Amino acid sequence: MSNFFNKSDLTRQDADKIVSDTLNNCDDGELYLEESKSESIVLDDNKIKSSNYSSDLGFGFRAISNEVVAYSYSNEISKDSLKNSSENLKSTLKSIKGTYNHEIPKSNKKFYEDINPIEQKSLDSKLEVLNKVNDFLRKKDGSVKQVTASFAGEQKSIEIIRSGGEALTDVRPLIRFNVSVMLEKNGRKETGVYGIGGRQSYDDYLKNDNWKNVCEEAFRIASVNLESKPAPAGEMKVVLGPGWPAILIHEAIGHGLEGDFNRKKTSAFHDLIGEKVASEGVTIVDDGTIDNRRGSLTIDDEGTPTERTVLIENGILKNFMQDRHNARLMNTKSTGSGRRENYRHIVLPRMRNTMMLSGNQTQDEMIKSVDKGIFAVSFGGGQVDITSGKFVFNCTEAYEINNGKIGSPIKGATLIGDGPSILKEVSMVGNDMMLDPGIGTCGKAGQGVPVGVAQPSILIDKMTVGGTKL
Amino acid sequence: MVKDQEFLKSKASYCLDLAKKMGATDASVTVGHSISETVNFRNKSLEASDRSDGLALSIETYLGKRRSSISSSNLLNENIKTLIEKCFETTKITPEDEFNSLPDKNLLAKQISSLNLYDETRFENDKKIKYLKELEESASSDKQIINTESSFTENKSNFILANSDGFCDGYKTSSFAASCVTVAKDENSMERDYEFSSKRHLSDIKQATELGNKAAKQTIRKLSPKKIGSEKISIIFDKRISKGMLSAFASAISASAIARGTSFLKDKIDQQVFANSINVIDKPDIIKGMGSQNFDSEGVNSNTLQLIENGILKNYLVDTYNGKKLNLKSNGRSGGITNLYFEKGNISYEDIMKKNSRSLYITETIGHGSNLVTGDYSVGATGFLVEDGEFKYPVNEITIAGNFKDMFKNIILANDLEFEYSVNSPTMMIEGMTVAGK
Repeated sequence: MSNFFNKSDLTRQDADKIVSDTLNNCDDGELYLEESKSESIVLDDNKIKSSNYSSDLGFGFRAISNEVVAYSYSNEISKDSLKNSSENLKSTLKSIKGTYNHEIPKSNKKFYEDINPIEQKSLDSKLEVLNKVNDFLRKKDGSVKQVTASFAGEQKSIEIIRSGGEALTDVRPLIRFNVSVMLEKNGRKETGVYGIGGRQSYDDYLKNDNWKNVCEEAFRIASVNLESKPAPAGEMKVVLGPGWPAILIHEAIGHGLEGDFNRKKTSAFHDLIGEKVASEGVTIVDDGTIDNRRGSLTIDDEGTPTERTVLIENGILKNFMQDRHNARLMNTKSTGSGRRENYRHIVLPRMRNTMMLSGNQTQDEMIKSVDKGIFAVSFGGGQVDITSGKFVFNCTEAYEINNGKIGSPIKGATLIGDGPSILKEVSMVGNDMMLDPGIGTCGKAGQGVPVGVAQPSILIDKMTVGGTKL
Repeated sequence: MVKDQEFLKSKASYCLDLAKKMGATDASVTVGHSISETVNFRNKSLEASDRSDGLALSIETYLGKRRSSISSSNLLNENIKTLIEKCFETTKITPEDEFNSLPDKNLLAKQISSLNLYDETRFENDKKIKYLKELEESASSDKQIINTESSFTENKSNFILANSDGFCDGYKTSSFAASCVTVAKDENSMERDYEFSSKRHLSDIKQATELGNKAAKQTIRKLSPKKIGSEKISIIFDKRISKGMLSAFASAISASAIARGTSFLKDKIDQQVFANSINVIDKPDIIKGMGSQNFDSEGVNSNTLQLIENGILKNYLVDTYNGKKLNLKSNGRSGGITNLYFEKGNISYEDIMKKNSRSLYITETIGHGSNLVTGDYSVGATGFLVEDGEFKYPVNEITIAGNFKDMFKNIILANDLEFEYSVNSPTMMIEGMTVAGK
């Protein structure tokens, strides 16, 4: 745990006093202190291309009254700097008075250990794994023309000080191991990427030579794409595989259910609570409490313990995801979804691990039921326009389906759909729910936060596939 | 106040001296300071204010051909010392890479001319509030607009780049940015659009009313969109999308992508990659330019580069490391492009709109659908169906797809180029792309 008060002229008592003075007449707010240590080691083009270590320290001071949020950050933790921030907040909120809400729920549960993954594995042994990856892939097949492998590790310590001196702390480890391979055959080049990670040490993910499985998977995806044909264009049936394809849920539904867009009524979902928004059998939760998952948090960035929030239950829209600010303005409670990229950013309601739960059909039944369509197994990124509800995501591994059988692989294509209606097109839900491998980062308002997704195989009756073949 | 050159220089030389003392054969350091103040409005009232004050330090240490780097926001000497020790320890066990080195001394920038990138004007938050009030008044004058969100950001930055070959320089920059996002609603649909203005000098920022009116107009015209069928159709890209095409091109000619072999434009120097009427230029010395620079992120002098001349690829964007790999000299593009633009074409906007009896005009794309290894392109799109030169109705929930190799060769540019941003393009038309819809 970081001690934020031993390297500066700012004592805890000073900080408590400034925080309480500043927030006295506000509805909410806190001082957020953060220290992060991170590393990135990249092997590329047969060489260790970069090894970077970085340390970051700073605070963000927030005061909220009514609908107005005042925020100030600095990476100098000192008495002067905090006082400057305090003056800045007071001047914004000078004419707006509030009543501070001291209530914040407590929990003893922890969803990851207080470790520093960077220190738990020596640099030498990290370099050794990266070199093994490079050798393994280049020896595996003559078509391998480029290999990139990387480790990224982080330990982030936070402390939240609220008016009245209440302090909440969390230490968050996070790692990611990634392999990308480019193959070239008969003049064609294709890439395959795979990664793993979460909130444990590197070796928890790499035991039993698991790096080999990561290599095999990246190689397999690239090989499949070398044989790919142009993708079809137009509306058709789409079968999504389990696990990572759940970024469809994240884009199509998740963002639209974040509290801020619904308070502002700019989300296509804002007046649909209690309404049927999905086929029966579709249940979606956003869960911050799964042990060691990339999107899990013991407490969110406002100090609220995270929870498992039911968003859609058997097709009916139940809840939005809330931070304290939007919850207060909508007369409800925070769901522990208040997150920020780091101390430089304000808190926003965000997703954690967004999951569609299993139904009882098999992937086989889905494929067999499709005359003409596509089977999408893996994706790159996605994006959504919250207001119109339109969302896209990009296939990185997909196949055509003809007369109930999986056919040739098809080139990467964008799939586009309409968020509020897409889940009504889900006609089968599989019994094979799977979590993603722990690699997702969600972007919103310029802030990236680690998230997870999960889903079983699903059949969507109608979606537009953005290929080139008419 | 943003920290002055003296403060930043003293930190930079502290770092270089320490690295040398520990045994580093070479080192380079960047120290920067940046202060930003943002005011956000929503529906004509204050929503948020945000002040940021950030120091940043990054250091690279070399031991012969070994290299590693650290970065930090904590500039206390005690912390810097710990970090440089850690950095140098890492350098010692990092394998050698023959291409690692500081830039060639004779390529380093020598004379720094003023590009007028700093405007010291303080635009107090009260003035920002006044601007945003005016902006939102005009943005919400039509009753179909149901939500407006706008912001004004003022930024002042300063930096010093120094290396152990004696380079030590930096300069202040400023930026002012105003933006507006509006949401419109009718019985069939809810749509969002935006407008923004971003400049080095406050006096060049667009008028509040102009920005607000434009955002509202662009949003309202999107209401009640239709989905069209799947077909081959000629596509007109609004300037804000066509400039994205240039950015994709720039990524594909970065020396790093070329050296790694992961670009569809590898080995294409002196070959035709665009239609022969096309010229692409990257110009770092535009006065007050948003992308202007005196030198790149390694201190290398950067001159104007003609990237595409009459459709032929003439240059990659080269930094020191990847340049050595490719046997090319750095052309001052470590950190990428500066002010990039297509030279204007010779057909008017009106004539492009009328060129075909039916075309699709794209105002927004979503998704990350550019594959720079293969050149494949497939993105979600929003826009308008154009018939006989006029917008007929708004279109959404479609995708457009093609391959850059073919698309680049079919580009026709209008003559309406303006220098608004760091990347600028005229309105663009590409024939023969596929639209996927119903």
